[in-house]
Amino acid sequence: MAKVLVVTSGKGGVGKTTSSAALGAALAHGGDKVVVIDFDVGLRNLDLVMGAERRVVFDLINVVQGDAKLSQALIRDKRLENLSLLPASQTRDKDALTEEGVAKVLSELREKFDWIICDSPAGIERGATMAMRHADVAVVVTNPEVSSVRDSDRIIGLLDSKTEKAEKGDRIEKHLLLTRYDPNRAERGEMLKVEDVLEILSIPLIGIIPESEEVLKASNMGSPVTLNNPASAPGRAYFDAARRLKGESVEMTIPSERKGLLGKLFGRRAA
Amino acid sequence: MSLMSFFNRRSSAPVARERLQILLAHERGVLGGQSDLVAKLREEILAVVRRHVMVEHDNVQVKMNRDADISTLEIEVEIPAPVAVGAR
Repeated sequence: MAKVLVVTSGKGGVGKTTSSAALGAALAHGGDKVVVIDFDVGLRNLDLVMGAERRVVFDLINVVQGDAKLSQALIRDKRLENLSLLPASQTRDKDALTEEGVAKVLSELREKFDWIICDSPAGIERGATMAMRHADVAVVVTNPEVSSVRDSDRIIGLLDSKTEKAEKGDRIEKHLLLTRYDPNRAERGEMLKVEDVLEILSIPLIGIIPESEEVLKASNMGSPVTLNNPASAPGRAYFDAARRLKGESVEMTIPSERKGLLGKLFGRRAA
Repeated sequence: MSLMSFFNRRSSAPVARERLQILLAHERGVLGGQSDLVAKLREEILAVVRRHVMVEHDNVQVKMNRDADISTLEIEVEIPAPVAVGAR
């Protein structure tokens, strides 16, 4: 049965798009049929992060308004045939998204895919509420930093009140994805620890993505980090998170970069 | 001086954690459906204590910690020493 998953955070720049692309690719790599939808109307970026920016012809708004068919707007990934992207419009504004229109697109996608990943825009306005509205599962992306934790708390409140599930009296499944985590700084007392964030937000943890240069390298290349360098620390962390999303129990670890002998000798500098 | 500050350096993460806990307890009340439970409790506790002892507004701290299994309410009332002795 298809699952609609929203990747959200409130705060911008914490890694929603990176995580949407990486989790989407990891799930697709495991054989599931996955579509990732960009809900950031006016400021689309998922196409760029996934390396499909030159293949965009139609977008979500065109489909919602009936100007294009879903099959015309979906872009199939060149690396994984069971991974698709539905881009946002770059020229229209977010008011063009209607609740009924989005619901119709999602129900059509539910027929074709196992996972429908909605990459939410930052903020708590229309684009963000539209992205979470019909979700079955939410991944709340949080950095171990005060403003991000505060905004995540706010978003959790919205997930519990403004989603279709919540309004029907059901509970929406919520997971915390802690990104840009630096275990060394946390150990030195310079960064909130995993336990601190978990205690404050009190939702279950789906993964810890360590701070890594690999994330920028992957977006430079237009490739999800799970495809660009699956063996890297963030790559492995996202693969683990994807398996947990599928219900597998995977021990919670914070992957670190595998270093060669030289890397170990000059560990501090290489880190 | 810089050597002193090096040794006196307090970790910043516990500060962040505490600030967040206080702030979010407040915001959850205001923004959630609880209609500002913590702030109301604070006002009412202050009123009760003031019937007997004069305390400043800032000397009553109410903290709510939400957890999956159990939530706790922490109330701290700071009573000025001379008044406390005179009260009884």
